[in-house]
Amino acid sequence: MAAEGGAPELRLDEAGEGGRVLHLGGRLTLAQVTTLRARLGEVPGGADLAVDLAQVEALDTAGAWALARLAARIEAAGHGVTWQGADADHAALLETVTQSMPDAGPAEAGRVRLRDLLERLGRTSVEGVKFLMELLAMLGLFTDRLLRLLLRPRDFRLTSLVHHCHEVGVKAVPIVALMAFLIGVVLAFQGSAQLRQFGAEVFVVDLIAISILRELGILLTAIIVAGRTASAFTAAIGSMKMREEVDAMRTLGLDPAQVLFVPRILALLVMLPILGLIANVAGLFGGALMSWIELGISPAMFQTRLVEGTAVNHVLVGMSKAPVFALIIGVVGCHAGMKVEGNAESLGRMTSNAVVTAIFAVIVADAAFSVFYAQIGV
Amino acid sequence: MADDLAIRIRGLCTRFGSHSVHEGLDLDVRRGEILGVVGGSGTGKSVLLRTIVGLQRPAEGEISVLGTDVLRADDDARRTLERRWGVMFQDGALFSALTVRENVEVPLRDVAGLPDDIRRALADLKISMAGLKPVARGKYPSELSGGMRKRAGLARALALDPDLVFLDEPTAGLDPIGAAEFDRLIRRLSDSLGLTVFLVTHDLDTLHAVCDRVAVLAERRVLVTGSMQEMLSVDHPWVHEYFHGPRARAARTDAGDT
Repeated sequence: MAAEGGAPELRLDEAGEGGRVLHLGGRLTLAQVTTLRARLGEVPGGADLAVDLAQVEALDTAGAWALARLAARIEAAGHGVTWQGADADHAALLETVTQSMPDAGPAEAGRVRLRDLLERLGRTSVEGVKFLMELLAMLGLFTDRLLRLLLRPRDFRLTSLVHHCHEVGVKAVPIVALMAFLIGVVLAFQGSAQLRQFGAEVFVVDLIAISILRELGILLTAIIVAGRTASAFTAAIGSMKMREEVDAMRTLGLDPAQVLFVPRILALLVMLPILGLIANVAGLFGGALMSWIELGISPAMFQTRLVEGTAVNHVLVGMSKAPVFALIIGVVGCHAGMKVEGNAESLGRMTSNAVVTAIFAVIVADAAFSVFYAQIGV
Repeated sequence: MADDLAIRIRGLCTRFGSHSVHEGLDLDVRRGEILGVVGGSGTGKSVLLRTIVGLQRPAEGEISVLGTDVLRADDDARRTLERRWGVMFQDGALFSALTVRENVEVPLRDVAGLPDDIRRALADLKISMAGLKPVARGKYPSELSGGMRKRAGLARALALDPDLVFLDEPTAGLDPIGAAEFDRLIRRLSDSLGLTVFLVTHDLDTLHAVCDRVAVLAERRVLVTGSMQEMLSVDHPWVHEYFHGPRARAARTDAGDT
């Protein structure tokens, strides 16, 4: 298999004993197969051919493949090919390769036509609808198992719930708090720069309070949780699915929905409002701090203005979204995990899908909430 | 006469922490032979295979494969050597994101100046030599049965026409018919391609059907090597139990009949 060595030698003897003889020599190996195929392709196929392999120094499957192709071409034209002078090893190899010569594979796909594009569009649409139905089914499954637990509380897995609350909630506190704090700082900074032009600096408190309590606190918390938790759900459930652990669970009489989905989604339902609350506090704190530094609004003044100027229903509006976001994140994450197939690639694809879908769905839901609350005038 | 040896191991010691797997292990594999390595669970058969191909670094010892000192070779020499051997892992270890054909094409992509169509045709040839039907080419490993995955793994191991092939439990998990077919496949390929085969197995039928020599791993070294006939007269209790147990007797009868 060494790459060096002579090129293959070919000599076609038109008038040898008993017809045409092709004398081959040198190394007929993978390194020379391109040349060999080209040279053998030049051999006319119109008559019987004897191939003399006596001078061949090395032959591997690639070389044998090129010879077998030549033989197949001549035999397809109705003539015979005989091998001469091959040593036992080469003959055995040639024999094996000839026997296993693959037939031509299916033809390559032709160019894309309008019909294919339409078909693709149709498939994508149907799959989109199917995906939504599956998410709904997952939500239904979760609700059903939750109701069953109410009837049979003994089946409830408290340890698992606590574990997931820790993973989903407690461990997310630092990043959520820091994020909200920075958002508060940014709002105060940007708001003061604009409001100062109108001498309305003090309204920066309302700006911060309303935007954080009503929208940003819970929305950004949900986006962060979607990023870290939906992916974690998908990866955990998906790798269990890959290693047939989910199937094993079923055969042991354990219900994957009960064991895997309920504690996870329930943990999100419990923890997301708490995280949202923490984000609200951290955001207000960041805003107050920046207002103090930038505008000289003292913390006491900030507090007074906050309590007087901001109705409590802003907080309620914000918090009312938390359970919905939690359900979206949990359902999307668990569903994506169950869609993982038997390979590593699909696990990665579904994990990133879960994050993108969860964040997108959270934002869509938030928009729907905004319209809804604006319409009913809260 | 080092040229006659495909693999030469001297004084090999492999340790994991304080746990020692091999102590002073010697083994020779001759060119062109099929050597079966047997041993109880946990005697380090797979560790030995992994050590020879360089996935595991031994604490002490010398390993020379096809005349190259594996442990002291520089990167170029190692690369050259790696192209001359093929390894089939227990479950095929196929790349799960690639189709069978793409898996077999992976080693061929390293060959400079090989046109795409020849590469594809050679991959198809190897797939067919490993006994897979053309429909398997476009399939992903997760869509294949265990036996088909092993065949695809073998096709990938053979892609570069290696001189030496390592097979880790080639017939484990196959049904008896599939295992017997795989045995015949190994024997046929070894004969026609002039392969040296290093085969780790538990399967007594495989030992009877394909192996020229058997090496028994026990007590952290190669206890004994020899033909199947010679194994029958070894006195060591484990070896005696292994080659005279009820399963061994059945396998021997089978091999005698055919």
